[in-house]
Amino acid sequence: MTLLALENVTVKYHRRTVIDGLNWQADAGKIYSIIGPNGCGKSTLLRTIAGHLKPERGTVRLDGRPIGSYSRRRLAQHLAMLQQSQERLPEITVRTLVGYGRFPHQPLWRGKRKEDEDIVEWAMAQTGVGHLADRRLSALSGGERQRVWFAMALAQKTRLLLLDEPTTYLDMSRQWEIMELIAELNRRHGITIVMVLHDINHAAACSDEIMVMRAGAVYAGGAPERVITAQTLGEVFGVDARVDRDAETGRLNCVIRGLRETADGPDRVFNLRERTG
Amino acid sequence: MIGNPARGSVPGYGLAMAALTAAALLGVAFGICTGAVRISLPEIWMYLFQGYDGPMREVVWNIRLPRTLVGALVGANLALSGALLQAVMRNPLADPHLIGVSSGAGLFGVIVLILFPQMWLMLTPAAFLGACGAALLIYALAWRDGVQPVRLILAGVAVSSFLGSGISALLIFFSDRVDGALAFLVGGLSAKSWPELVTILPYSVAGMLAALCGSSHLNVLALGDANARGLGLPIEAVRFLMTAVAALLAASAVSVAGLLGFVGLIVPHMVRLLIGGDYRVLLPASALTGAAVMMFCDTLARMMFAPVELPVGIVTGALGAPFFLYLLRREAK
Repeated sequence: MTLLALENVTVKYHRRTVIDGLNWQADAGKIYSIIGPNGCGKSTLLRTIAGHLKPERGTVRLDGRPIGSYSRRRLAQHLAMLQQSQERLPEITVRTLVGYGRFPHQPLWRGKRKEDEDIVEWAMAQTGVGHLADRRLSALSGGERQRVWFAMALAQKTRLLLLDEPTTYLDMSRQWEIMELIAELNRRHGITIVMVLHDINHAAACSDEIMVMRAGAVYAGGAPERVITAQTLGEVFGVDARVDRDAETGRLNCVIRGLRETADGPDRVFNLRERTG
Repeated sequence: MIGNPARGSVPGYGLAMAALTAAALLGVAFGICTGAVRISLPEIWMYLFQGYDGPMREVVWNIRLPRTLVGALVGANLALSGALLQAVMRNPLADPHLIGVSSGAGLFGVIVLILFPQMWLMLTPAAFLGACGAALLIYALAWRDGVQPVRLILAGVAVSSFLGSGISALLIFFSDRVDGALAFLVGGLSAKSWPELVTILPYSVAGMLAALCGSSHLNVLALGDANARGLGLPIEAVRFLMTAVAALLAASAVSVAGLLGFVGLIVPHMVRLLIGGDYRVLLPASALTGAAVMMFCDTLARMMFAPVELPVGIVTGALGAPFFLYLLRREAK
């Protein structure tokens, strides 16, 4: 079942066309990763899906309805988004922050609602931050904080979760913990995930489908095996990559050996300039 | 309770609020007792509630009590206004000056006092108009697909200094008539009585109610624009409404008492240090603290150099600035 559909979406940001006539679909219950070089419009795409940016042309549909027809509050009941980086942290406890995830569901005159409290506890348990509930955000490590923000998004109880580089600033094992958390949420609760990732191996290991973006458009989309090839990585990122399978896990394994060295080296530099200019 | 920053410390909040209420009541008592004639607490009780007719009844009923209460409301409005603006701008340096309330009220007030002194009755409405007009102008100038706090702050600084130069020009050109204008620019509660109380009270009540209604939204706004939007908060509407409430609160205060400085800036800060950042508690606590601080400062202003009375604006500035510097140094550590 199609949960999310982007039809001919064009987004301008500061008068620059960042996304240009993009078409894409996502089915309910799957994990999607979006990869692409810096500045290709990944984060902009995610913010457009979340309704934070209005497309210049085209439509983003959630459950067949244009997201523009949802009120902000209603949209927040259907999709949650985890920001790439958080600004200054408010001086509040973990439980309070996770509790804000219930904001879109609460009536204007909120009293104590048992239901909300239960969901907050559930969200903290799912993300493994239950033991931190009464700590202040400033007293947490980077990995713990990221889990707490996850818990807040989870407390929104949405079917669609948008994640903008959820593993940035984390060390290797924390990164994998987050990836496993994402897979777990998807498996257990059927939450559809659309995320922007930088690490190709993370994307390959966890996603049902990968969408490769280049210059504001879809370059390729589909199952990881089909999309992640040495050729794609070469053309989109300009790197010399080797893609094989891990003998034990059967997962795709990309090794980046360096920048792509081609006979048309000067050409590539020229292309880059053209794209950024 | 959802959104309670310190579950389990609700008694702590209750205690803090009780302490602040006590401080405010103490401020009222202190304000009525102190003056050219000292009046003891039992006497006040008699004059106020037991219908005693003494020579001092007049002093208590028509001079000290209303003046103290006007001071309380002015302080509460300014502090609440500052707390709201700090929340809306997510900037600890935000205060009613920033949205042009002071410079607007100042310019219009000075125009009335200097150019049309015979129309001094119009001082309060004119100052109110100037304050709201300046706030609206700044908000409109900062608007571009919604208002970003930084742009609002910059527009506020620019418009305020523009209006400020108008005030300076008037003071220079009519240097023979500046006496009344100066007192207004410094801010004071001298000779304030029941009419001023009636002017300001509706704003205090409505402002407090509106602020309490918006407090949960301000808590969500404190998470940053992107997070707040993701949680379904209509951030532009919340920002506009809360700025408007803050502007009205501050405008009603300065149009009655003149340009009192620092209360709107330091009181919310002080309260934040005391009880944390949950706006559902911070806002009423700021109002209470503002009231208490203003009453104590005004009483000090009356008795320090008695029988000469200082404008309370000098006292709040003189006590507020060092305290603010102390807070800054503490925060830097």
